[in-house]
Formats: sequence, C-alpha cells, structure tokens
Amino acid sequence: MKRSIFTVSLICAALSASAAEVAPTDVKFTDGAIADSLTGVAGDPVAGRDVLGDRALGNCVACHQITDMSDVPFHGEIGPMLDGAGSRWSEADLRGIVVNAKMMFPESLMPSFYRTDGYTRPGNAFTGEAADSTFGPLLTAQQVEDVVAYLVTLKE
Amino acid sequence: MKRTGRITSLICTTALLAGAALADPVDDTLVVNDEIEITTRTAAPAHLADRFDEVLSGWHFREADTRAMQADDFDNPGMIFVENALTAWETAEGTEGKSCASCHGDATESMKGVRAVYPKWNETAGEVRTLETQINACRTERMGAEKWKYSGSDMVNMTALLASVSRGMPVNVAIDGPAQTTWEQGKEIYYTRYGQLELSCANCHEQNYGNMIRADHLSQGQINGFPAYRLKNTKLNSAHDRFKGCIRDTRAETFAEGSPEFIALELYVASRGNGLSVEGPSIRN
Repeated sequence: MKRSIFTVSLICAALSASAAEVAPTDVKFTDGAIADSLTGVAGDPVAGRDVLGDRALGNCVACHQITDMSDVPFHGEIGPMLDGAGSRWSEADLRGIVVNAKMMFPESLMPSFYRTDGYTRPGNAFTGEAADSTFGPLLTAQQVEDVVAYLVTLKE
Repeated sequence: MKRTGRITSLICTTALLAGAALADPVDDTLVVNDEIEITTRTAAPAHLADRFDEVLSGWHFREADTRAMQADDFDNPGMIFVENALTAWETAEGTEGKSCASCHGDATESMKGVRAVYPKWNETAGEVRTLETQINACRTERMGAEKWKYSGSDMVNMTALLASVSRGMPVNVAIDGPAQTTWEQGKEIYYTRYGQLELSCANCHEQNYGNMIRADHLSQGQINGFPAYRLKNTKLNSAHDRFKGCIRDTRAETFAEGSPEFIALELYVASRGNGLSVEGPSIRN
C-alpha cells in the first residue's frame, strides 16, 4: 500500500516536471531573448556556477574568462569576458544567449545549449559516431536556468 | 652581481612565458640538426591573401622545450619511427617479391620533394591521391602486397620517412587544373560548422589562432609538420587522424580516415600552408 502511493506520487512529480518544462523545439524568442523561465523553477546560482566550470557540462570557461571563477583553471579567450554580464544583459537576454546565441548574434561561435535540431552531422557526444535516439540538448532546461541565475549575479 | 643577472633573466623568462601563454605565436626560428633551415612563417599563398598576411607553422604555438625537441633528430622521438620505416623500405613483400627500394632505390635521395606536392592529382586513376593512398596503390598494384591500414603504424612510419627526406622544402600542392574540384570540396568542408557544437575548422584555426581555448593554444591548423609526434599520445599521428579528432570534438559524426572528404580537406589544408617547409615528423602537444 505504502509502496504504491510512493509510486503514484513519483509519477505525478515526473508528469508535473515535464508539463511545466519547455521543450527545446518549443522555445519562443523575442529579439533573441527568452522572457519566461524554461521550467518555472527558480535557477540555483551555485549549481549554475558548477555548470559553467564543469568540462562535461557547460565548460563555459573553455572560451570565456570570469574573474569570480578564478578557482577553476584555464579560462579561454574565444568569447567575451563575462565579468559584468549581469549588468550588460537582462535575464531574458542571458537566457536567450545560453539557449541559442545565434538568434541574437548570427555569426556567434557559441554552441546552442538548449537546441536539438538544425545541426550538420550531429554526433553521439564525443564518440565521433552519428547521433542516435539518445540525442538531446547540451544542458537540461533546469541547468540553463541555473546558469542564467549565476550570470545575473555577475554585476559590474 | 651574478645573482642579480640570474634574477633578471628569471624575470625576463617569466615575462616571456606569460606573454606566450596570453596569445601570440612566439618569435623563433627552427634549424634542424644545425643544418636544415625550416621556413615556419611566410607570406600567405595567393588564394589565402584575403584571410591572412602570413602563414605560421604550428611549431610557433608550442612551448620552448617542445620546439627544441624538434631541432635535433636525436631528441625527436618521431625519428625512431623513421628508422623503422627505412627497414620496411628495404623489405620485400607480396607476390612480386619487391620492396619499395626495388623501384625507388635510396629513399633519402629518390623521395626528396615528394611529400611537398601531395595530395596530388593522379592522371591514370583520375583522382587526387594522398601519400597514403599512393603508398597503398604501390603495395597492391606493384608489390602484390596487402594494403596498410590508413593511419596504422606501418603507414605513418613510412609517411614520416617520406616527410623527413623533404624537410626544408616548401609545401607546394597544386590546387588548379584537375585537382581544383577536390580542392573546392575541401574548402567547403573547412568552412562548414559541424556537430552539436557547430564549429568549423575556420572558427578555431582562422578566426582564433593565437588564442587559448581552455588550456590549448590554438594554431593555424597547418599540416606541414605531419605526421606529428604528439606528446599527448606519444605516437606519430597522421593528418587524417587529427582531422578525425577535431571533428569528433565538435560532437559531430566524423569522416573516416582516407575518405574522399578527408582527402579533399587534406588538399585544401595543405594548400593553406603552401610556402611553409615540410617539417614532419614534427613534435606537437
């Protein structure tokens, strides 16, 4: 009895999460920005900071320098420095840039972190093999929200 | 006094290292065995003049100790594999009982300059051939021997031998005439943004050479130094092996070594280094 209630509540939790979450193919942009949260759950800036530094997740420091993350070694020089990004951009802008920067900057080198279509020879992660049915966005919707929540804290 | 001198030189070294880590390729010259002068930077070939003023060997983007290893064949681990290839060169194989030497004689003389003009159009076959494709054609058609694996150790040792005897000679691949269609296909591949990260060769090696991507110092992606002995995997690596790794790292479905796509890409990338010296086997990260 107890077990079945637990199972039902798990299913409900899963359903409510997916119901609130915007799928990568359903994201709506306005001038490259995304006004609404992808999940309806507030982003966690501490978790977001980890995503930015983790090679297996955002690996944002591969291209961007961030003074606040100087504890993470080897920041790249490909993209703009992110110090003050939270002053230069609104939360909606930052969400749009993380999801698909090319909507705002068509020539951007930045990967789209929450997009699943329109790629040339998409692969299965870093295997060199073709993408299969497990192909998904680089970050989850909540990870995007966490990253955005961290970026808005980077004030001048 | 002596102490002050040492401290000053330490400070200078630190300043230089910091400079190197920040961006630009280092200003240095490469002479191998105090004898072979290597052109590691030169005016960009005409077809590239709207993109670059100057083309630079990847050698300029490596640290001082890595650069020094390449200046002396006794310090260059790639040369051990050249020795192995010299033995293979003399070894008869296949149904015809021939070795490479049976037709080509002394590789150190007869093969001078061959590396510099490959990939190259082959009129009889009606295709652009890489050095590897040509070696395998020799093996199957003239020797009656089995093909070598495209980037296997036998093959990469042999291409290292052929590169080594052309060191110091300018890369000079033909991009017009019958090779032009293949060259154009290679150019298109070079500028295509592959994979889930949507990165082209040009995004890193044309737009961002000299910059750091995480801990890696981006070069112009020249292949005049291939095959390259990489400190990372302690073996010789073919150009196609490196192409494959780069495309894989864009989270893409890569192309196969020896595929028409990579042969075209090799011709195009080689042509971006026309004028640089053949440098293989080079030492890289």
